[in-house]
Amino acid sequence: MNKSLSLAGLSPAGLLSALLMGALATALTIGIWSVVHTLSTPLVIEVSIPHLLLIGAALGLLWALVRERFGGRYLHSWALGALMSVPWFAFAHTVTPGIAAGAVAAFAIAGRVTAGALRGIPMHKLRQDHIEELAVRVLRTGALVFFVGIVLFPFLFMISSSFKTRAEYLSDPLNLGFSLSQPPAQLFNGYIEVLTRFNFGAYIFNSAIIALATVIVTLVPAILGAYAVTRLKFPGRQALSKSILLIYMFPAIVLVIPLYSVFTQLGLRDTRLGLLIVYSAMTIPVALYMLRSYFQTLPRDLEEAALIDGLSRFGVILQITLPLSVPAIASVGLYVFMIAWNEFLFAFMFLDSPGIFTLSRGMIMLDDQEVPRQFLMAGATVITVPIMFLFFRFQRLLVGGLTAGGVKG
Amino acid sequence: MKKTYSSLAAREARLAFWMLLPAFTIVAAVILFPVVANFWLSFKTVGLGDLRPPTATIREQVTEAPQHPGDELVLLYRMRNSSRTVPIQHIQISAHIPPGLIPARLPQHWQIENSTLTRVYPDGWEGGYTEDIEFQFTTAPEYFTPEVDARRPTNPQTVSRARNPLLSANLTLENFRFVISAREFWTVLRTSFVYPFLGAFLSIVMGIAAAQLLNRQFRGQGILRGLFLFPYVAPVIAVAFTWVFFLDPFSGTVNTFAMELGIFEQPISFLSERYYRVELFGTTVRLPLALTVVILFDAWRYFPFSFLFILARFQAIPDQLYESADVDGAGHFRKFFSITLPQLYGVVTTLFLLRFMWTFNKFDDVFLLTGGAAGTRTLPIQVYDNAFGRANIGAGSAAAVILFVLLAVFMALYFRTIREDIDE
Repeated sequence: MNKSLSLAGLSPAGLLSALLMGALATALTIGIWSVVHTLSTPLVIEVSIPHLLLIGAALGLLWALVRERFGGRYLHSWALGALMSVPWFAFAHTVTPGIAAGAVAAFAIAGRVTAGALRGIPMHKLRQDHIEELAVRVLRTGALVFFVGIVLFPFLFMISSSFKTRAEYLSDPLNLGFSLSQPPAQLFNGYIEVLTRFNFGAYIFNSAIIALATVIVTLVPAILGAYAVTRLKFPGRQALSKSILLIYMFPAIVLVIPLYSVFTQLGLRDTRLGLLIVYSAMTIPVALYMLRSYFQTLPRDLEEAALIDGLSRFGVILQITLPLSVPAIASVGLYVFMIAWNEFLFAFMFLDSPGIFTLSRGMIMLDDQEVPRQFLMAGATVITVPIMFLFFRFQRLLVGGLTAGGVKG
Repeated sequence: MKKTYSSLAAREARLAFWMLLPAFTIVAAVILFPVVANFWLSFKTVGLGDLRPPTATIREQVTEAPQHPGDELVLLYRMRNSSRTVPIQHIQISAHIPPGLIPARLPQHWQIENSTLTRVYPDGWEGGYTEDIEFQFTTAPEYFTPEVDARRPTNPQTVSRARNPLLSANLTLENFRFVISAREFWTVLRTSFVYPFLGAFLSIVMGIAAAQLLNRQFRGQGILRGLFLFPYVAPVIAVAFTWVFFLDPFSGTVNTFAMELGIFEQPISFLSERYYRVELFGTTVRLPLALTVVILFDAWRYFPFSFLFILARFQAIPDQLYESADVDGAGHFRKFFSITLPQLYGVVTTLFLLRFMWTFNKFDDVFLLTGGAAGTRTLPIQVYDNAFGRANIGAGSAAAVILFVLLAVFMALYFRTIREDIDE
């Protein structure tokens, strides 16, 4: 045994890692393929994990041998992987032409993944650091699959459900796929119903108006305040600077009862203006904090020179500070917009009249046994898509906002 | 010379005052004032119905309707104070008597002048006051015209004055007694700590793992970073409903998938079962199921937040540390545990406190997932439930005060920690 192995050029540790990596890589790749296939088509692919591990181990071993003998091009690994689908077909229960093609492709990928997993590891002479490298690769790949899976799955589920009728999803809850061949009016039925019958068209408008107004009503006092705190000397400046962050920590749930009471008595509760006031107050401290941090990084020389040349304070702010701060202000503005758009608690507590509902509040109206899940998920998609669009379009800015909005440093 | 300087400084301070005024006014009115008001309300017996000032209401009923001129009409006024606790101080009632309605007999204190029926209650009504008054009229032919509403012929109006119940100074500790003696209070308190503690812990562990994964240049790194922020950026209501649906026992993907794989035989309603029983070594272990799911939701939704900060911190770790470790022949794991983790100490402590506090206050997530049922009731849910579910504003405020006081302790801790961070 040992002799034949040394003939093949594999050390016992090399052999073991080839078997193990092959098994893991194959199980992972085929596993992902079968889950994706199960979720996206009506067919359930059952894979027997023990068989898969065996086939994978064989694949790992064969690849190690091929690599030792022929130097191992990746092309070979694809071919070798595809070949390993043959033993899998022997165990498979149902094989349609579609599954067969998919399986061959998936095994080809498994071959490539196995090759990648063993890349750069000398199979005849395995050292401690090689083993560690292999462990890191396993962890890294596992983590990657885990995170991509958990982040994507809920959103895929949401979008897919918005296109499926009750009968469709009950007949096969595992299938997240939907047929694009149906007429658009039928496919988009959930969206059409939600936007017309459930008035989401108006709610989009309300949410957008309130969020945009919040951005403006927050930015103006925050810019003025941040400028005063960074550029002007006045008694109590230090204390004020510190208390900004403290106020940002005040919880909404403590504010909600008194605000509900007072706004009810003032007749502000069930109005867009009331919501705008609350949203601005909640975002002013963090906006001020973020802008303060940014203004501190701006050089003062230019402003001071302009002051000496006779420009007024407001002239300085309008002509020097603001133009230099456009990226920061955009970042803060986006962050505030996101908070206002996503806000739930106050919209839920304050708004009673359907005419002024925001999307968050409108969603609650859909949460009813009578309303099919399709409509709720269509509503969820409608509320999510604009914010995701903004996020991707301005990712750099928004990430800056998120980071500065959280903690110092 | 000195005078010019000081007047310049005064001018600067004055300008600063005016520039800070708008921000300060809004924050004072909508954040600071409510916090104080919350303390005030927690010492008062106020129900949801007391928020509108009490009014004197009258329901008019015709108990005997006339058929022909000359018949008798009997009219009943059912009067009550709309509040059951708050008195109304001065009440003036007036009603228009239509032509053709001739009073047979007027109850005491009621008067008619120029066909206007009036009554004044100078001492007002107590809270919960009710009174029924009957009037008898005889009818003339003019009464039987279409202008007269035969069901409500007189349409009585009231003018009243009442003190705002939120402002009166009768204070009580009853609300706190109510909150603390509630059967589930200590369970709620425990859940309120367990949920943010584990939620913060898990989200940070996941954040470290995700940051470690993306802390190197490779193709698709930017896209992955954007993708990882999805759960944090998406509106809570959208993702919470999505979770509810895919965890659904009958049509949810998770249950169907697990049953297809044979992991469990019966579908599990993840969000409405308090415990999941597991047989382990002959004993039954009870896992708090709904609470676990809520904690996992939290970890999922907020790991991107930790991820961002930890990634930023990673990029600030000097390369020389790793280079010298390479020279010493340290492996990946050694480097991670001896260099990376210690470097994260500061940011992780801050993140933990921050996430703990924010989750401690968080209402939306639990409310939308379980509504506080099945052992997931936290203090914020209790605040909402007392104030709006049970219509007891006072008890809700008392729960909010307890929450705020606990939070103040964490805040003190947090600000001490970040001060040390700055000092370093």
